[in-house]
Amino acid sequence: MVTHRPANEQEAAAVIAAASGQRTPLGVTGGGTKAAAGRPVTHAATLSSKGLTGITLYEPAELVIAARAGTSLAEVERTLAANGQELSFEPPDLRPLLGTEGEPTVGGLSAANLSGPRRIMAGACRDSLIGVRAINGRGEIVKSGGRVMKNVTGLDLVKLLAGSWGTLAFLTEVTFKVLPQPERRATLVLHGLDDERAIAALSAALGSPFEVSGAAHLPAVDGRNARTLLRTEGFAFSVDYRLKSLQALLKPFGGGEVLDDVAGAALWRDVRDVAPFMRSGDAVWRISTAPSRGAGIAAALSRSLDCRLIYDWGGGLIWVSVPAEGDAGAAAIRAVVTTPGDHATLLRAPAAIRATVVVFHPIAAPLMRLSQDIKQAFDPEGIFEPGRMYDGV
Amino acid sequence: MTSIAFPVPDSAILARRDAIIQGLAALVPAQCLITSEDERRAFETDALTAYRRMPLAVVLPTSTAEVAAVLAFCKREGVKVVPRGAGTSLAGGAIPQEDAIVLGTSKLNQVLAINYADRTARVQAGITNLAISQAVSPEGFFYAPDPSSQLACTIAGNIAMNSGGAHCLKYGVTTNNLIGVTMVLLDGTVVEIGGDALDSAGYDLLGLITGSEGQLGVFTEATVRILRQAEGARPVLFGFASNELAGECVKALIGAGIIPVALEFMDKPAITICEAFAHAGYPLDVEAMLIVEVEGSDEEIDEALARICAIADRFSPMTVKVSQSEAESAAIWKGRKSAFGAMGRIADYLCMDGTIPTGQLPLVLRRITEICDSHGLKVANIFHAGDGNLHPLVLYDINKPGELEKAEQAGAEILKLCVEVGGCLTGEHGVGIEKRDLMTEQYNPVDLAQQMRVRAVFDPAWLLNPAKVFPLDDRKPAAGWPETGAQSTRKTVAA
Repeated sequence: MVTHRPANEQEAAAVIAAASGQRTPLGVTGGGTKAAAGRPVTHAATLSSKGLTGITLYEPAELVIAARAGTSLAEVERTLAANGQELSFEPPDLRPLLGTEGEPTVGGLSAANLSGPRRIMAGACRDSLIGVRAINGRGEIVKSGGRVMKNVTGLDLVKLLAGSWGTLAFLTEVTFKVLPQPERRATLVLHGLDDERAIAALSAALGSPFEVSGAAHLPAVDGRNARTLLRTEGFAFSVDYRLKSLQALLKPFGGGEVLDDVAGAALWRDVRDVAPFMRSGDAVWRISTAPSRGAGIAAALSRSLDCRLIYDWGGGLIWVSVPAEGDAGAAAIRAVVTTPGDHATLLRAPAAIRATVVVFHPIAAPLMRLSQDIKQAFDPEGIFEPGRMYDGV
Repeated sequence: MTSIAFPVPDSAILARRDAIIQGLAALVPAQCLITSEDERRAFETDALTAYRRMPLAVVLPTSTAEVAAVLAFCKREGVKVVPRGAGTSLAGGAIPQEDAIVLGTSKLNQVLAINYADRTARVQAGITNLAISQAVSPEGFFYAPDPSSQLACTIAGNIAMNSGGAHCLKYGVTTNNLIGVTMVLLDGTVVEIGGDALDSAGYDLLGLITGSEGQLGVFTEATVRILRQAEGARPVLFGFASNELAGECVKALIGAGIIPVALEFMDKPAITICEAFAHAGYPLDVEAMLIVEVEGSDEEIDEALARICAIADRFSPMTVKVSQSEAESAAIWKGRKSAFGAMGRIADYLCMDGTIPTGQLPLVLRRITEICDSHGLKVANIFHAGDGNLHPLVLYDINKPGELEKAEQAGAEILKLCVEVGGCLTGEHGVGIEKRDLMTEQYNPVDLAQQMRVRAVFDPAWLLNPAKVFPLDDRKPAAGWPETGAQSTRKTVAA
């Protein structure tokens, strides 16, 4: 299979224009670390952003960084860290989970709109993404957004491209707003709560003024007690105060124990990367719901499936691990995740299963029509990753 | 007398006015349909009062179903629709045209559900921004985006303009706080976008419709995130000998990892005018002023303000006033919050809304003064310093012939300057009609054509708020533009 690796935007535009002329489907890839997510797609050629690298703008005092799409996430994070800053949405590293190698890129991260535990406080990847350059399916270079964080000039195509998994346009450059790294991060752990009590504790903490930046629950498994995690961060004096306040607030749930900072950081990395499900060969689903429905969904799933669960985002994000057999629990999960707006995505499964089940959550007919027309508005010949998210999109 | 063009009204529609009104009357209760000239006059402009056009009729539906019926009717009849929240747009986003009806959301103003455990509120979209915070304040919660017009402006309008406010450095703007919307498409289809989870399946349509300025559909309900109020908040006021020093101080604060909840800048003309009006105790001997506010417990606030003062000290502030009480905080904010009223008392003004990279602040302020001087006009600058959102107020006298045109010319030059230094035309007010013809400064024809192709997915015939955002004469880019809408050229896309 041909892999095109353009060295600049113009070369990429030429490749796309040619593919459009011949209606040749293109796979779109950065580091290839998320290639095994989504519906399996066959295409004659692949378009890689690996030749488009380099940080193009970094102004620490303006809290903004821009990089070409093929720049490694690691390089961006290193550059920010050298100035005491970071991407606030806590980008996950899903390589171990997805069993892939290579370097995640900022383009791939944006196309997948992946966000870690801090999403509850600092927003998602799509909230930090303030500007893009991209090439549409006609081979035209299009820009949207910019380098300033308040911008309502014209339609916000940035949001559309975030999380579009390469199906609308080929990203060539992304611009993020960034935040200072906190002086200290600290973690409080509550022991032995069942799912419902755990989510109640997380809700109590998130509804407090104590600026919780992480709220996760790891249910009991294999003889290990359940752990409910809360994180707060900021200036050291604030963190001390908030930890004490949270412990007092959470007395009815056991008050909790403060972890040492290193152990706490490791636990949050595990939650971010869904580490507990890394090594098994199971299929992994990602369910998004409101926290108050989380425990109910989990209980219903546990009745019909042999599954394990992890909760993040205060209970609103549920990772589900099920045996990679049959439909990998698709029917059972679709039967349980039914509230409009809630959704379940099969993130990890053998290609054979992803080819036969609906990977991304079905969307209502009128929204599907809009999505198809939006696809058409960017990519009239349907060359970018056709069908990776939905049939016809 | 004014310089922004409006499309020529469609005479065929004007001729059918009676039939159109009759059609609408069959769809909504009588008290929801406004046809008399006296009553329509209240809807002929918004907060960009220099422009006004009398709409064909005004419809104020009381339900999503009525909105759907009206839109489906208008699509069928080819009648243009200008959606309206409270009409507080400073960019003319809600100004009607003679051949359009106004579709207002003001009767849809109820809180539908509040869920403190999930920290969400479901509201009808015509509710005012402030009413949401008021509904949840007894439990200590609030809705974060706080535009200056929050007493009057609606959530529907906030979504359409992606409104911000003074506190968005910490809490974000509308798009960061909205998780679900009920929207009516032009053909009357009611769609639920998002829900009450933190993200949604498929393309981010919620992100697309936020800031779409009434061109993609009409919002009737919304689910927003509500947040717990901080335990307390207190500002410090600094006066500096120059704009440059104030700008350097902002840079140093952010460089030190401090993200205050608000970081407001005022220049000397703004300080002078606000002080004369509000008697807030602002220093009159300084060139520039910063208001920096932090949140938390009393002890946290003391500690954070001490750090901020230590940093500010490096820039030789001429005035340092740390608020010690609620009364002192209120006084510090009083001047800033009454800025627009204070300006309005001494002059007419155009409120600009460009955003710039904050590092360009001293240069941009110098150039703004030069631009206004060259037109013989005065300008006062108020500025969300943390995020680079500028609000230069260009002062003029409506009674002097030619002054408004001069002010508009100066405003346009200021916005071009914002784009030139790497910023954008509008941070939180929207494009509306005001900045429509400047869009080509920020975007090239390819960028605009891509936006218009997406727009055409929702409204191929340009019936929804059609005279806004996109320059009037660039609307059908030659290559690949659908002749009769996106549907007609739809191909089967390979699966």
